[in-house]
Amino acid sequence: MSEVRTLDVSGLPPGAFGSRTLTFWGTLGIVLIESTVFALAVAAYFFLASRAPAWPPDGVAAPDLRWGTVNTLVLLASLIPNELARRAAERVDLARVRAWMVVCLVFAVAFNVIRVLEFTHLNVLWDRDAYGSIVWVLLGLHTTHIVTDFLDSSVLALLMFTGPIEEHRFVDVEENAVYWYFVVFAWLPIYGVIYWAPRLL
Amino acid sequence: MTQLDATWADPRGLYGWFMHLDHKSIGRRYLLTAFAFFLIGGVLAALMRLQLSRADNTFLGPDLYNQIFSTHGTTMMFLFAVPVMQGLGIYFVPLMVGARGIAFPRLVAFSYWMFLFGGIFLYVSFLLNAGPDVGWFSYPPLAGALYTPSKRADVWAQLITFTEVASLAVAVSLITTAMKLRAPGMTLNRMPIFVWAQVVTSFMVLFAMPAVMLASTCLILDRLVGTHFFDVEHGGDALLWQHLFWFFGHPEVYIIFIPGSGLVSTIVATFSRRRMFGYLAVVLSLVSTAFMGFGLWVHHMFATGLPQLGESFFTAASIMIAIPTGTQIFCWIATMWGGRITVKSPMLWILGFFFIFIAGGLTGVMLAAVPLNTQVHDTFFVVAHFHYVLIGGAVFPLFAAFYYWYPKITGRLLSEQVGRWVFGLFFIGFNLTFFPMHLLGLHGMPRRVYTYPAAMGWGTLNLLASAGAVLMACAVLTFVVDAVRALVAGTAAADNPWDAGTLEWATNSPPPNANFPSPPTVAGREPVWENPPDQPVVVGLRTDARDVLVTHVLDAEPDHRLLFPEPSIWPLLTAIATTVLFIWSIFTPWGVVYGALPVFVTMVGWFWPKSADEGGTQRWPFAHRTLPRPNEAPATGGAI
Repeated sequence: MSEVRTLDVSGLPPGAFGSRTLTFWGTLGIVLIESTVFALAVAAYFFLASRAPAWPPDGVAAPDLRWGTVNTLVLLASLIPNELARRAAERVDLARVRAWMVVCLVFAVAFNVIRVLEFTHLNVLWDRDAYGSIVWVLLGLHTTHIVTDFLDSSVLALLMFTGPIEEHRFVDVEENAVYWYFVVFAWLPIYGVIYWAPRLL
Repeated sequence: MTQLDATWADPRGLYGWFMHLDHKSIGRRYLLTAFAFFLIGGVLAALMRLQLSRADNTFLGPDLYNQIFSTHGTTMMFLFAVPVMQGLGIYFVPLMVGARGIAFPRLVAFSYWMFLFGGIFLYVSFLLNAGPDVGWFSYPPLAGALYTPSKRADVWAQLITFTEVASLAVAVSLITTAMKLRAPGMTLNRMPIFVWAQVVTSFMVLFAMPAVMLASTCLILDRLVGTHFFDVEHGGDALLWQHLFWFFGHPEVYIIFIPGSGLVSTIVATFSRRRMFGYLAVVLSLVSTAFMGFGLWVHHMFATGLPQLGESFFTAASIMIAIPTGTQIFCWIATMWGGRITVKSPMLWILGFFFIFIAGGLTGVMLAAVPLNTQVHDTFFVVAHFHYVLIGGAVFPLFAAFYYWYPKITGRLLSEQVGRWVFGLFFIGFNLTFFPMHLLGLHGMPRRVYTYPAAMGWGTLNLLASAGAVLMACAVLTFVVDAVRALVAGTAAADNPWDAGTLEWATNSPPPNANFPSPPTVAGREPVWENPPDQPVVVGLRTDARDVLVTHVLDAEPDHRLLFPEPSIWPLLTAIATTVLFIWSIFTPWGVVYGALPVFVTMVGWFWPKSADEGGTQRWPFAHRTLPRPNEAPATGGAI
């Protein structure tokens, strides 16, 4: 067997950051799936709108702009601590990772609370008509994302305080931040549809 | 057992059985479970053929008949066709790309349990007289609360959620495996066509399955909490359902057929003893089929009165999809033309595939024309068409794959002689069953009727179809008996009994726990045929932990190493918690709220690290980082 040539990979690093990792591809897959759900829900919104004589239906006011707009700003602002947490993770800087993840969680609490106010200012219930149904489903779909993102970020942040911590964990923090970006950016078209489409259609 | 084999072994014992992570073990479970559902779905089909074998038959009543045809279609699409193809992917994609395992193995294990629990849920409901009875597409308003006040439509809608969660998870794992775990040297343009087919299919799954999940969720909401998506009285629209459903439903056909065509390419090349002719054209055909597959869904809705421009567009698109399919067929012919063909059992099924699938494709081109489509809409002509396409395009290649890979999976050979009988019986039985249905459809026999009066004159052709079903049943039973016999007393198979060229044949039959004692590197598209004798093997991966090599997407240069997770009970527990949530949510919306708590707890249990060095990197605190930054050049140890 002495003539068998070998490719020795023992010198390769035991992991990586960014788009080189398996986790990145896993996150990408989830993002594609969920983007498709959002896109189809938006398509359903416009399909139903195209069939309706009035949109929103007569007697229903468009959702109040205030809380939706405030929440959009809060979500966008959360990208700053999110990016700082991501960079700290790439630098394997535990102190900063801890600090910025906590700030992120504060933002997450804020936008989840404001989201409750958004629901109460939609000016329609889901069982009134198809318009109410699709508006609630759109907002509900995104709310599922901010709730789950808050929960999984909390678990990860907790882990960064309690340990056991190994170098690999910082990759998880980075990937978590990538998903956070998706959750925020996915909101923008939904915000446009829920709050502005009834005013512009 | 070597240390490497022990490291990659699944735990033993009953408790250990629930923790399996090996992709070969999960793949076998997927294949066996899906095949069991194929048999059960086949029994339902046999019951329908028995009922329709003569006019005015009273063997089955209309209510039971409705449940049987709905459950038959649902089973074959969601519990057999998609999972069986993904099962082949789970088993063979890692082997074909020369990897030690599948990406995200715990996710794949979770996916299997979801698939299994979904299937059990459907059949328990069926036995409780709550089986779906509104067709495999569950159209509202029939499926709405007004016309289906029972839980039958909810059972259907939630089965969809189970199976789609499962297949989405597998899709993500297969894409990642094919993109990041290929053997060094296996550039994208050397990736086996079967792997391409699995990747393309997985991407289709990512874009198609969400549509049916959204639709079935809206249906449940309509039925449970009084939303009005499909309720015309309150601004909803039943056509919204059809759009969402067929935006999934048509790509679904290609989700089933593309892996089938990948199997054909693999087996044709092996039994023609030459590389696939037109590799690039075939790969591009797969990709373009996937794209076009999303632009055809409206041809299922021609009878709903769409604008004429829309009808013309979707007719053109439906006819256009014949181009990539035709390209593939010509490439297969060209491969065989220049090769030395040996007709062993797998190849026999491929030849059968050509005949059946082309016949089904031709009626497909016919159905793309609006006038003919409207004429035969909802008749047995359509039933004949899609059984030719689906059984021709998926089941024939699948049986070819069973014969082709059985020796690799079990280390035993199936009987060549019995194989010819199985094929002959199935081929004749299939045509006898489904060809008369074309004529019945043209004579006006509608689908989904539980009986027909003698005066219609449909009795003879129906009896013929039922006789054909008996032959098909005999064929499948013979296959099962031979498979069991071979497992117990079959001839031992060599590592590469067909002299094939892809990497799964470069290891033992059955493969060891770690797949390859030393992972291979690759110098051509058919590495077993084309690698020079001194082609290097990969060394330097740990043998005391589940160490895998991660490579670059395009050129498969080695990039870094990664430790795969250890077997765990948490995927099963998470699947159980999710099952409870899904079933609870049929009865009350609060099931989603309270049911989410155990799901959260089990997921935390899944992800919480069990030991300090689980991921194989150094423990905090450390002085120097060992992981490169995102854009840092890879460490040395790179090129072959």
